[in-house]
Amino acid sequence: MMDSPLLFDRVSKTFPRGRDSITALNQLSFTILQGKVTGLLGPDGSGKTTLIRLAAQLLLPDEGAIHLLGNSPTADVSHVFKQLGYMPQRFGLYEDLSVQENLTLYSHLQGLSKEESLSRQHELLKLTNLGPYGERRAGALSGGMKQKLGLACALLRIPQLLLLDEPTVGVDPMARRELWHIIQSLKNHGVTTLMSTAYFDEAEHCDQILLLHEGRLLIQDSPQQLMAALTGRTYLVSQISDHHPIRQLQEILRHRENVQDVRRVTEGIRVLIHKNRTVQQEKGETWLSVSPRFDDVFIDLLGSDGSVTQHPPSSFNTSYIPSPHQSVITVHELSKSFGQFEAVKNVSFTVNKGEIFGLLGANGAGKTTTFRMLCGLLPASSGLLHIDGIDMRHASSLARARLGYVSQKFSLYGNLSCDQNLHFFAAAYGLRGQTKKDRIQWALTEFDLHQYQYVNTDQLPLGIKQRLALSCALLHEPTILFLDEPTSGVDPLARREFWQRINLLASTGVTVLVTTHYMDEAEYCDRLVLMSLGEILAQGTPKEIRQLAKTSNLPEPTMEEAFISLITSHETDFLSHHE
Amino acid sequence: MLYRIWALFIKEWLALVRDKNSRFVLIGPPIIQLLVFGYAATFDLNHIPYALLNEDNGFISRQLIARFDGSPNFSLVQTLTQEKEVASIINEQKALLIVRIPSDFTKSILSHRPANIQIIIDGRNSNTATLALNYVNNIVLAFNQSWVYTHHWERAPSEVIIRSWFNPNLLSRWFIIPGIVSLLTLVITLIVTGLSVAREREQGTFDQLLVTPFTPTEILIGKALPGLMIGCFEGLLIVLLAIYWFKVPFMGSMMALFIGLLLFLLAAVGVGLMISSISLTQQQGLLGVFLFLVPSIILSGFATPIANMPEIVQDLTLINPMRYFLIIVRGVFLQGDSVVDLLPQFWPLALIALSTMSFAAWLFRHRI
Amino acid sequence: MNKQRLRALIHKEFLQILRDPSAIAIAFIMPVLLLFLFGYGVSLDAHHIPVAVVVEQNTQASNEFVAGLQESEYFAPISFDNIHDAQQAVINHRVNAILWLRDNFSTNLLSGEVAPVAVLINGTDANNAHLISGYLQGVWQNWLIHYAERQAHAISIPVTSETRIWFNPATRSKDYLVPGLIAVIMTLIGALLTALVVAREWERGTMEALMASPVTISEILLGKLIPYFIMGMGGMILSVAMAVWVFHVPLVGSLFLLLIFSALFLLVALGMGLLISSVAKNQFVAGQIAIIVTFLPAFILSGFVFDIHSMPSIIQGITHLVAARYYVAILQTLFLAGNIWSILLINGLALLLMAFIFLGLTWRRSHKRLD
Repeated sequence: MMDSPLLFDRVSKTFPRGRDSITALNQLSFTILQGKVTGLLGPDGSGKTTLIRLAAQLLLPDEGAIHLLGNSPTADVSHVFKQLGYMPQRFGLYEDLSVQENLTLYSHLQGLSKEESLSRQHELLKLTNLGPYGERRAGALSGGMKQKLGLACALLRIPQLLLLDEPTVGVDPMARRELWHIIQSLKNHGVTTLMSTAYFDEAEHCDQILLLHEGRLLIQDSPQQLMAALTGRTYLVSQISDHHPIRQLQEILRHRENVQDVRRVTEGIRVLIHKNRTVQQEKGETWLSVSPRFDDVFIDLLGSDGSVTQHPPSSFNTSYIPSPHQSVITVHELSKSFGQFEAVKNVSFTVNKGEIFGLLGANGAGKTTTFRMLCGLLPASSGLLHIDGIDMRHASSLARARLGYVSQKFSLYGNLSCDQNLHFFAAAYGLRGQTKKDRIQWALTEFDLHQYQYVNTDQLPLGIKQRLALSCALLHEPTILFLDEPTSGVDPLARREFWQRINLLASTGVTVLVTTHYMDEAEYCDRLVLMSLGEILAQGTPKEIRQLAKTSNLPEPTMEEAFISLITSHETDFLSHHE
Repeated sequence: MLYRIWALFIKEWLALVRDKNSRFVLIGPPIIQLLVFGYAATFDLNHIPYALLNEDNGFISRQLIARFDGSPNFSLVQTLTQEKEVASIINEQKALLIVRIPSDFTKSILSHRPANIQIIIDGRNSNTATLALNYVNNIVLAFNQSWVYTHHWERAPSEVIIRSWFNPNLLSRWFIIPGIVSLLTLVITLIVTGLSVAREREQGTFDQLLVTPFTPTEILIGKALPGLMIGCFEGLLIVLLAIYWFKVPFMGSMMALFIGLLLFLLAAVGVGLMISSISLTQQQGLLGVFLFLVPSIILSGFATPIANMPEIVQDLTLINPMRYFLIIVRGVFLQGDSVVDLLPQFWPLALIALSTMSFAAWLFRHRI
Repeated sequence: MNKQRLRALIHKEFLQILRDPSAIAIAFIMPVLLLFLFGYGVSLDAHHIPVAVVVEQNTQASNEFVAGLQESEYFAPISFDNIHDAQQAVINHRVNAILWLRDNFSTNLLSGEVAPVAVLINGTDANNAHLISGYLQGVWQNWLIHYAERQAHAISIPVTSETRIWFNPATRSKDYLVPGLIAVIMTLIGALLTALVVAREWERGTMEALMASPVTISEILLGKLIPYFIMGMGGMILSVAMAVWVFHVPLVGSLFLLLIFSALFLLVALGMGLLISSVAKNQFVAGQIAIIVTFLPAFILSGFVFDIHSMPSIIQGITHLVAARYYVAILQTLFLAGNIWSILLINGLALLLMAFIFLGLTWRRSHKRLD
């Protein structure tokens, strides 16, 4: 086992937090396989980042020993930095420097000779498709390109061990695919990779999985083994008639006996049933046994003891069915330009009451700009923008009172406690007296925040932060909810829980407008628009969007495949048009 | 609306005082700095180090020297015997000045002729040199008067009688400490407000604030209040320290001081909020704070009089809130000014406050 | 220490400086702007001080006295009919002092009694009041000598003093304030340049990436120090040039020594910024610390305007912690007095020690670790 590039031997790490300390890693032991890709999974706050930083020698363990690339833990390891590639969660690119300059800097720091450096940079630019952007400043790149550049910088000298901390967070599906190809191709060079990820499809492609939970190693195995263990417990359920929205079926199945988990997918509802149990199949439902996927593994291992599935939000009346005649948001020929650059061009769509409406697109497609205009944060250059009959160009305080808004970064006041944040936002929306008390109590109960009531929000795990952000946005019972990448970087369990709540909200008649990078989440939308280069590319139900991408090669495209093919062809068209 | 402002104020307040570091930054340094600077910032000369080169053996030179010895303003560091020692003593700053008494000193005076002594002084710090010379002249003058009187020389046909108002002993501490009140109040207010909007912009909470029903005016008031309160509290604390610790006489109306403090704080908060709403990042905010703070202190009349500045710089000081507040504090402390006396200082402050605040509020939504 | 890596880091820093104009603004525009503003604005030399003149009986003697006042470059006399108006003018800050020649000034002169010249000064600004009383006495003495000459009998004054002011015979306060300002401004610039740039690398996550590369701590620190040292020296030379050519401060000592000691001081200022940065690791706190520990101490405790000798001994002790104090002494000596080694060496050694302490502490506090 000593030839493993990374070996943890009963490693513990605690951090001081005020007077207390929190244990990030607890007696952790494992080795990873030489020349393979090992995936690191676990809920938020389970110690993934700490583990990777320990491996990169950026932190010292409190207890235990770490053997890195065959070195004894006490040896001077300064020379191993040359054999190590490391990419932190937020990769440290110098945003003022161009792509080329960043690469040159890191190749000098890695001590590459001039010829090596040039040929390697050339290779990497080709590999990452960043060639045409060599002169562009890193700060002006889209999120996906930044991640690719970050990875390229970590790969200048082909490392023996590559450590990646969530390299694909906040990246659109196309860039994610490219990143994943690069990582896989490194196996040919004998590189050992350890990467943390929040995507299950990536986990399925890893050679081995480490699953962390509360600082302990829950399981270590290959994804295939893990999935095989669930054979016979997974089903795909669809309904014969299309009368009701599919999310009602989802709710019905969720409450059925012996069902451990339900999940909306392209084809219908995936159901995971408890071990050694059977489930009653009702009339009008088609049950199809399917092979397990990694999502099921994760839920099976972690979801059973969590509060996630046990606490369906109960106080909502779930009977609302969106009607196509009651439009709440009307956008007509909306445009926005920054100087010469047209960020949004003639965008039009309407959203009906009680709908979940998705805004999809690659990084830099103009989603965020559109979104900010809708919230009244950015004045439109031209076009109409009505929300609940009110012109948002003159966004009055009154109109804003009807909106709830959750931003990408969960903008809460970090040095205020949960309770203080809730009180502030309640008062901001004019709640007072008994109503305010009741609503805050409702939020604490409904979102299960009691135990965090007096904790400063910047110390909360991401998933809890996001719950708090949503609860703050719902205090004043808004009729319209704006969600800007509300699940970016949040762990899969918290993500599912979040969507359960959104589904329930929509079923009470709340209109939800959402942007996301997760294509599985796009399935949750009633309708969506696909944006590219500032324009609307396609509009319709998830099913209709998928149909658009249907070809002979791809008879049943998934959302992700549809997304990639539609956007790629649009971008190609655009480029050929402009040359 | 009042209720929403209250909520915003509570939030701003908590954001400031919940953090241990910022609590300390707000309370500790101002008090320490008042104590240190209160003692350090003075133009009064005590114990001027001087050296003596007495070439005269007569009794009159000893009488003159005795007057230097007796003065609390002078302290003898060295008695020289040779002229060539003079250069090194001054060069090495061992003494600020050298009193040289020529060998015929006593003889001249006894023969009823004026005797000339020589003062060699280090002019590197010209202000100190000028002041020290004043002291020397006063001693010589006093000696002359007493000699003329006791030895029945002919008296000078005229004499000058100098009286100072408001500060009879001309203690510069009385002048500087009220200045420090405004100096520290300004620094604190800018620390509280100068980065507050920029920080929220960087953390994304400002967007969150803008999608709530708050109007820019409400946000402005909510953001201004903590700065005002902390500034008021610290300002009054420093005033009390000045009165009871440094014993600076307080002659005027507390009301006038309070109105002045309030208007000054409003203007400073306005400038702080304006800087922080122009800035997109905290770094720009910090640079802005420095670029405002440093000139506004140096060109306020705190250490060097505005009257000594060239016309164009004097005109520039008209937009400096600290200029007005300095006149108010010093006026109230030393001259016993009332509210009416200070009206000419109040309205420019109010004008600065109004314009900076409206600009800041406008920037909230228009700076993206 | 690896030359290639160090060179790469320095190159990177320069690229960043070029791209982000704020560093250039701090290093070059700030000193020029501040020095211009202060060099012209800051002066302790009173000129054309408004003085109220109340003459109750016009005689030749009183006219001569007032003429003497008018001729003096220090005063701008304004005539008042009675003392009440003049007093009101003092209260309103229209004039700083009153020269009051009462009836008995002329009558006493004629009758051979002592003629009193009454002077009332607004003492609020004590320093200014001292200067005014000194200048007024000068005017009076001149008048007295002329008067005596005209009366054809020399007045006998037992002791007269003859003053020789060394180094700054014209007692231009600018000549010592401008070198002091250079010290204050360089303190600000040194700390501002480095206080934020390291904290910024921590905040943007680039420090984490650097640390996982083969770069050593010394290389990171030198990679910061060298570029900003060069920038700071640029700002310094600009300031010295302005002092000499724009403000006409004589540079008596050697330019070479000035550069050597300035370089030393810049090391201290940059070291202080680096230390703040490595302690704070976040721009907000670093900024607040920088505001508190740089400007006001350098302004008040360096001896730039307020003479250190006049401070209580405890405070004098505290001033030893302020690097600007040593630099102000060096600058005032080199500019006005020349190469006086005993002063230069002591203060230079103090600066060297402080540079070692700041840079040493920074180096010790920086680990290639995140905790």
